[in-house]
Parts: sequence; C-alpha cells; structure tokens
Amino acid sequence: MRQIVPYMKKYLPYAILTPIFMILEVLADIAIPYLMSRIVDVGIESRDVAYVVKVGSLMIVVAFIGMIFGIISAYFGAKAGYGFASEVRLETFKKVQGFSFANLDKFSVASLITRLTNDCNTLGQVTMMSLRMAVRAPFMMVFALIMSFTINSSLAAVFMVSLPLTALIIVVVLTKARPLFMEMQTRVDKVNAVIRENLAGIGVVKSFNRQDYEEAKFKKRNDSLMNTALKAISMIVFVMPILNLIIYGTIIAVLWYGGQQVVAGSMLKGELISFITYITQVMISLMMISMFFMQLLRGIASKDRILEVWNTESEIRVVDEPIKEVVDGSIRFDNVSFRYPISKEYTLRNINLDINSGETIGIIGSTGSSKSTLVQLIPRLYEVTEGRVLVGGVDVRDYDIKTLRDEVAFVLQKNTLFSGTIRENMQWGMEDASDDEIIKALKQAQAWEFVSKYKDGLDHVVEQGGSNFSGGQRQRLTIARALMKEPKIIILDDSTSAVDMATDARLQKVFKEELADITSIIIAQRISSIQYADRIIVMHEGEIESSGSHDRLLEISPIYREIYESQKKGVIGE
Amino acid sequence: MKNGRGKLQLKPRNPKETLLRLFGYFKFNKFLFFGGILFIILSSLSQIAANGMLSPIIDSLVEDQDKGLFIKYILIMVAMVLSIGVSQYIGNLSMARLAQRTIHRIREDMFSVMERLPLAYFDRHSHGELMSTFTNDVDMLNQSLEQSVAQVIISVVTVLGTFIMMIYISPLLTLVVVFMLVVMLFATRFVGKRSAKYFRNQQGQLADMNGYVEEMMTGQKVVKVFNYEERAIDDFTDRNEELRKASTNASTFGVMLMPLMGNLSYILYGLVAMFGAFLVIQGRVSIGNIAAFLQFTRSISRPITMVSNQLNTLLAALAGAERIFNIIDEEEETDEGDVELVEDCTGKRGLCWRVPKDDGDYDLVPLRGHIAFENVDFGYLPGQRILKNVSLYAKPGQKIAFVGSTGAGKTTITNLINRFYEINEGTIYYDGIDIRRIRKHDLRSTMSIVLQDVHLFEGTVADNIRYGRLDATDEEVKEAAKLANAHYFIKHLPDGYDTYLEADAENLSQGERQLLSIARAAVANPTILILDEATSSVDTRTEKLISEGMNKLMEGRTTFVIAHRLSTVRDADAIMVLEQGEIIERGDHDDLMEQKGRYYALNTGAIELK
Repeated sequence: MRQIVPYMKKYLPYAILTPIFMILEVLADIAIPYLMSRIVDVGIESRDVAYVVKVGSLMIVVAFIGMIFGIISAYFGAKAGYGFASEVRLETFKKVQGFSFANLDKFSVASLITRLTNDCNTLGQVTMMSLRMAVRAPFMMVFALIMSFTINSSLAAVFMVSLPLTALIIVVVLTKARPLFMEMQTRVDKVNAVIRENLAGIGVVKSFNRQDYEEAKFKKRNDSLMNTALKAISMIVFVMPILNLIIYGTIIAVLWYGGQQVVAGSMLKGELISFITYITQVMISLMMISMFFMQLLRGIASKDRILEVWNTESEIRVVDEPIKEVVDGSIRFDNVSFRYPISKEYTLRNINLDINSGETIGIIGSTGSSKSTLVQLIPRLYEVTEGRVLVGGVDVRDYDIKTLRDEVAFVLQKNTLFSGTIRENMQWGMEDASDDEIIKALKQAQAWEFVSKYKDGLDHVVEQGGSNFSGGQRQRLTIARALMKEPKIIILDDSTSAVDMATDARLQKVFKEELADITSIIIAQRISSIQYADRIIVMHEGEIESSGSHDRLLEISPIYREIYESQKKGVIGE
Repeated sequence: MKNGRGKLQLKPRNPKETLLRLFGYFKFNKFLFFGGILFIILSSLSQIAANGMLSPIIDSLVEDQDKGLFIKYILIMVAMVLSIGVSQYIGNLSMARLAQRTIHRIREDMFSVMERLPLAYFDRHSHGELMSTFTNDVDMLNQSLEQSVAQVIISVVTVLGTFIMMIYISPLLTLVVVFMLVVMLFATRFVGKRSAKYFRNQQGQLADMNGYVEEMMTGQKVVKVFNYEERAIDDFTDRNEELRKASTNASTFGVMLMPLMGNLSYILYGLVAMFGAFLVIQGRVSIGNIAAFLQFTRSISRPITMVSNQLNTLLAALAGAERIFNIIDEEEETDEGDVELVEDCTGKRGLCWRVPKDDGDYDLVPLRGHIAFENVDFGYLPGQRILKNVSLYAKPGQKIAFVGSTGAGKTTITNLINRFYEINEGTIYYDGIDIRRIRKHDLRSTMSIVLQDVHLFEGTVADNIRYGRLDATDEEVKEAAKLANAHYFIKHLPDGYDTYLEADAENLSQGERQLLSIARAAVANPTILILDEATSSVDTRTEKLISEGMNKLMEGRTTFVIAHRLSTVRDADAIMVLEQGEIIERGDHDDLMEQKGRYYALNTGAIELK
C-alpha cells in the first residue's frame, strides 16, 4: 500500500473531497426520516398545516442538497479512481520499459498484458468504490444507529441481535464461498486453455481427426466448471433471502415491542415509522460493507500483481559516469561465462574471442549450443556472469546503455513488426528518417524489390506482428530496420532462415562489400549463409569448438565438416 | 483480413431475435425456468404484502387496542416474511442454475461448432476476436442471465403490485408518487443516454489500449534493442490519458445514477410525508397508510434504479450473445463423401476404399497412396487464383518435393490434398477416386502433416505423441519417438515421457518440438506424409538426426515435401518448381540441373558470390 498510494498525489484533492461530499450526502439521508417523524408526531398531532409545509419543504430541500453532494462525490470519485489507475498504469508501463531481457523472460507476455489492462482497471474501480462505499456504508450505519438510539434506546436493543447475526452470516457465506469462487476461476482458466489451444492448433486437430477427442476434453472441463459454479452459487443465493428475513424480522420485532410502547404512550407513531426506515438503512449499509470487502479482495489481488512488476529490479546496473561514445566496432570476449538468472547451469563457459572492427563473422552450431546467448551479451541484453565483454575496447558495462545499443544493431530471432506503415516501422531505427534513407536501407536488406511494388510504397500498411508479409519479407524488413540505425556493429540472429537462397546470397554480398566497415555477426543454420564470412565460429554446447575460414574449418573441425557434408548435397560444383 | 482491433459492437443489431433465441435455450430446463419465475413473482408479491401490513399494524396502535387483531396482523406479516425468504431462495437458485446450465450448453455448442468450421473461417477471424467471444461475451451473458432476468421480473412485478396496493390505500397519494416516478424516469433516461454514449466510448478506448499493450508487450524485446523505450512511453502516455478521460466520464455517469435516484426517492419520501400529513389532517387517510406508503416509495424506486443501471450491461450482453450465435450459425465444414475406408478387403491385406456404385453395389479399391491433380485451380478468396492449372501425380511410395519462393503456392497444394480447402476447378484423385467423394474423416486418417509451426497440446510428452493415434501403446509411442530421433532428448527430460508440457510447451526448444511433431506423425502410421518446411527451424546437426528418422518414416509412404533447403529435396523422385501458382519446372534433381532453369539458379545462387 505504502508503495502505491503516492501515485494518488496528482488527484489527491479529489480523493479527499470524495468522502467528504459522501458524508454530507449521508447526513442528508439520515436527516430525512427524522424530519418525517416530526411531521407525523408534531404536525399531524397538532393539526398544524404550516408546520407540515415548513418541515416538508425542508425535507425536500435537504434531499435535493443530498443529491447534489452525491453527484459531486460520484464525479470526484471517478476522477480520483481512474486518475489513480492511469498513474499506476503509466508507472507500470515505464517499469516494463526498464525491464532487462532477464526480467522479460520471467513474466509471460500474456501476464504483462493483463497487469497493464485488467488489473489497472480493477484498481481504478476499487479505488473509486473505496472512496465512496467504504465511507458511505459505515457512516450511514453509525449515524442511523445513533438516530435509533436517540429515538428509543430500549427499542434499539434489537440491533444487538440482528447486527451481529447479519455480520456472522455474511462472514460465514463469504469464507465458504471464496474458495469455491477461486476454484471456479481456475476451472474457467482451464476451459479457456482448451479453447485457446484449439484455436491455435485447429489445423492439427483437423488433420488428425481429433474433433471428437477435443470435444470430449472440453466437455469434461466445461462440466466441471458448471458443477463448481453451481456449488458456489448455491452458497451465494443464500445471502439475499436470509438478509431479507433478518431485516423484516427486525422490523416485526420493532413493531411488536414498539407497538406496545406506542399503545402505552411511551413512544410516538412517527418515531416508530422513522425507526423502521433507520433499520433498513443500517442493514443495507452492512450489506454494502460486505460487498465492498469482496471488491477489495479483487483490488488487492490486482495491486499485488502490479507490485510484482514494480518490484522486479533490472539486474543491469548503470555506472556513475557512463561512456557516451563507441570508438569502433571491435568486440572482445574476455573469459566470459554466463548462466541465465533462472538457471543453475552455465550456458556459456570460458569464451575468449577477438573480433576486429569491420570483420564479418559467421556463427554456426546446433540448437542449444548457445549461439544466441553469446551474441546477446554484446549489446548487454544480458549481464555476463563472469569475465567481461568489450566493445570498442571498453567494457560494455561502462557504456551508457543507450549509446551502446544505438551502435549495436540487433536483429532478433523472434522479431516483430508493429502495426502502422512500413515507413513508421523503419523510423524505429532512425527518428525522422527521410524516404531516401529508408529506401537505401530497404535496398541493402533486399526488401526494396517487393516494397517498391506496392502502390502506396512506404505508406503500405503493416498489420500487427507484420502478419500481412511472408516470413522472408518480414525478415528482410527487420534487417532493414536495424540498418536504419547506421550502427557500428550489426548482429543477425538467424534472421535469414526464411529468405530464399538467391536473396540470401545477395544479402551476404551487401554485408561483405557495401557495409564493409560495419562489424557484422551472422548466426545461421545453413553454411551457405556464412560461407564467405571472414571468419566462422563453430559453437558446441556453450563453448567455441573452433574458428577460422570455411576452408580451414573443413580441415580442423569435425562438427563443421559434418554440417557441411549434410548440406552440400544440394549444391553442385563442389 | 483480421479485424481484431476493430471496435466492438456494443448494441445488439437485432435484440428481439437474439432474445427469442436465448429463451429457446431455456426449453432444456423448462422446470427451472417456469418454477424460477413463479417463485420470483411470489417473493415480490410477498414483499409488497409485508410492506402493506405496516398500514393496519400501525393503525391498530390506539389506546383501546384490540390486542387480538394486533397479534393477528403481526402473524400475517411473519407469514409474509417467511414467504419472502423461502420463495426468494428458490427463485434465485432456480434462475442461477438456469443461467449456469444455459451457459454451459451455449459453450458446448460453440466449441462443437468451432471444431467443425472450415479452416477458411479462421483465416477471416483472428484468434483474439474468437477468444474474446468465448470468454468476455460468454461471461457477460452469464452475469446478465444470472441477475438481469430475475431483476427485470422482480422490477415489473414490484412496480405493478406496489401500484395496485397504493391505489387501494389512497389514490390521491398515489398521484404524488406517479408524478415523482415520471420525474425519475426522465432523469434516468437523461443520464442513461449520456452514460451509454460514454460507456461505448470507454469500451472503444479500452479495446484500443488492449490492442496497443498487446502489441508492445509482444515486441518488448525489439523495443529494448532499438532504444525505443522513451518514444513508447510518450505514445503510451497519450493513450493512457485518453483512456483516463473516457473512463472517468463513463464511470461518473454510471455511478451518478445511485445518488440521483436515491435522493430523488428521498424527495418522494418527503412529498409523501408532507401530502400524507395534509390528508391525515383532513381525515382522508390514516397514519398507518402513510407508514406503508413511505415503505413503498423506497421499494418502488429501487427497481427503477436497478434496471436503468443494468440497461447498458444488458444491451452489451445481448450484443455479445449475437456474436455467440453468429459463431454457432456459421456453416460447418461440409462432408458429402460416400466413399469409406474399410478393413475388409476381400482376402487381401490392408485397407480398402469402399466405393458405392449407382446400382447399390460397391467396388473395393485398395488404399495405396496414389495422388493425382488434374488441372486444379484454387484461390482462398473468391476471384483469387493462387494455383493455376496445376497437374501432377505421385505414385505410391514416391517422394514429391515442392520448391519455390514464399507465396508461390507450395503450402496451398498440401492444404488441398487433405481438403482443408475446396478447389475451384479441376479434380484431385486419391487412388483414382475423386477426393470429394471420400469422407473427410477417412481421407485425413490416412495422412499425417508435419508443419513448420509446431503446435503441441497441454499434456504429457507421451500424450502429445499419442495424439497421432489414440490407441497407440506405450511401446509404440516410444518406437515412434525413436524413429523421429526424439527418444534421446525425451529421456533427458525431468519426467521422461511423462513430462508435462504447458500450453505453449515453452520448456522445449523449437527443434525438440519439431521432433515431437514428427514422432506424432509417425505413430499415426499414415499412407501419405506431408512435410511442410518441417526441418527449417532445426539446426543442421539436428536435421541430420531427423532426416535419418524421416527417411525410415517415408519408406513405403507417398511423401510431399516442402523445403527451403534444397539439400532436403535432392533425392526426391520428382521436384516441382512453383512460381506464382504454376509449376514452371518439374523433374528429378539431375533433370532440373540440366535444364539450367530456375532450380539451377536457386542452387547455384550461393556460388555466384565467389
């Protein structure tokens, strides 16, 4: 709480005024039954029409003022609640922007989305409810109780029975129902999981004729969801009838005892009638308090999920006086070992590697040989566990991280384009880039050949995730986007796998000739994609098995030879 | 194609029809429905009667009280109150059960239809869109069914019943109430209209925000790599502000109803007290009448607030129900085939196609795996031609490879063999039978596909392999895994074959997932095998492992291979080079290299660089 409350600051006046206006409204609501009792007991009793008009008008005025206060409180409450939620959402988003790759690995994408959307919305709603209901209900209850005791303290004793009884029932039902509702939620998740899975794998389901099988699986989960839901609901539907029984039971008790007092002359009729109204007010307030607690639990769960994001610290530390210039594209791995924060085993062991500025390096090796891990250390996407990585002769940890990443362009294996236009996507690499600059990069990445065919050219729409492009086109666009940065180092992490061979060959030529002064590191599966690199590094189980030119590796590296043998079949003229 | 980020329809287009449709579902639970309504009405009536009892009870409080009468009234009230409790419980329970059962059935119908929709449907609708109907719309409908149906009934009964009681007690005072009720109705409509507008606006902003956040979170690593964080925050701040304003407005108007109606009902309370007092002074009504009236003013204004409060939710729920019914009404994959696969092959071993003849007799054609395309034309959308006049054949046991750039139509061809899509022109023959005559289930049961994007299901590793053939024994599952060279890595998983995979199987590498999907295909023991870029995401060393297994798997099966890597297609019996939906070259590797055409260029592209 202490962590999240300061974000209310901007909307603090509203947060304070909301309950104040709420209390004022409650006061008006409380005054009305009392005024009514005066009309009955004084006005009617003495047949004083003027008095009736006076008090009656007063009642209407009070109710009207109460209405104004109530509306103001509703407005302020919404302002404070959703203002607070938007501050929290922004802070959460900022926090995620500051996440390191290791942090991002910890949270799934789906869970981050829920936190930023649903959880923040819930927080806003609950805050608003807290400012209003959590104030209204207790005040209403206390004031109504005070009024009842003032009117007739002996009669007010009925509350001694009905209040604790109601509270007890609410508590019992809630504690019994809560686990059922939680179980219901897990069952809902399970039902949704089957649906999601089937949507994603509908082709597999169909090709294996598994419709009936999947339906049976779904039916089982759907049935169990319904059964739990029915159980939970039979608990909850208890509440309303029981509460009604208690409210009317109290009214009857008051009529019974109060009625006798009225007959005996120790109580007035108007007082008795207003008493009945106060009973309703007290009981309804109690119900509101219980509803509020249910909401609050929801809010707390959301708050906890949001704070989990807030309390995740990036392991990437910033030095006091970071270096803001990268002199050249040389790279050096100095005895580097690495393990992922979540893992116990080392992924990379004792890596020593020197790459000259402008060199073209190919990296090859089987899956799990940690090729990607190795290159991710260069733009400091992960922090080394031991040893150090130097770029331009300086430890990457000494750089201003923005400077470093501006100079090291990285085309991720799992790459995404964003909805918008091709131009907007390209401008990710360089803000305000001109069309000429964009076209140049597109040409270098061999993407211009298909982009130029679009009637709307650079304004061609990119759909979410780039789904309107083929895999190979997407890869070329993401390479172009990286080139827009005009970096000193570019890393392609298996980024040409879907590009056809001829285009791939042209791409290599560009990297080797046109972009000769950029250090390029290319991870690939096919030897043909890296065959002409200045140097090829063969990775094997987290270590560098060997490195050298294509011809040299054929001589010294059994792994390289094996890969080559398996691939050369398709190539003639060897 | 996708409209996942489009604005959600919040108002039903055809509320009457949707409602009727919904009521149609209640017929499965007639007893709950009518019983529920009956008891809800009973509980409302009891409540009115209980409130009405205030009048005689209070009026009996006079100095020379008839104690017997007083006790009788009190007892009647006790009876009424008990009736409220019991009937409300039974009524609410019935409605809640009705809602659950209805939703349960709707969910089941939706899923069942979804499983049988043609693949083309999923091309037109995004997963997010369908998922949202399955979760949000169903949820909303559930809540509405549970609460709103009962609420509407209670409101109508309460308002009508209270009215009758009021007129019976005092027509004059009723006039005062009617006047205020009209005012309240106008106030509700005034606020309701604005509230609906702001509510729609908020839903739109929320959908925008969700779409934006989803996109950014998915691409968060790209954001980091491009130092895009600050720009992202700026962008987000703007959207966040928009959402805040929309939410504040929507919520203000949504919440405003409460103090508005609550206090209007207090004004009514005041008016009743004041005018009632005049009437008492004039001797036209009793104080007890006023007491009952005051209680009525509280109970008559609550339903109005409730219903107006829920109107937006109710409409949104109906709009959701419409989307649900749209899915349920969607046309399922057609299957008019009359050719079945039978085990009885009159003496011969293996399976046979049972082909009915016009005279009621049938032919038995042995299942061999011969595929022929004759002048096939196809497009995913009307008017589109993805495949143009494609003719080809594959003899049983042959390996046919497709080569060509992305979008040339390679995957499309394989999608037609198993009839995921219907061809526009031409014919595809399977063992000489037009595949349109073959039952889809039987057709597909003879084929296995291994796709580039591997989809695994939540469950154990063994479950996933067994997906290919449900009755496969543990031994057969293991055999298949060995064949696909998956056995080695599975053995090293924490629980071996019993290792539980989560929905996305993120604990497996791309290569491992691929191996599993190959094992899954192997266990199905298909006659025809389709490998669509099956090894492109596996590194070459792993690929080597796979290709060994794959070669064993392909033995004796007709195989269609799509691959980027030419090395994997070299030993095919025939290679088809596709370009923009047409086969431009065909032949085996040596033929094509000799032709010095497109295939030759693809193969030698790398060498030109030297």
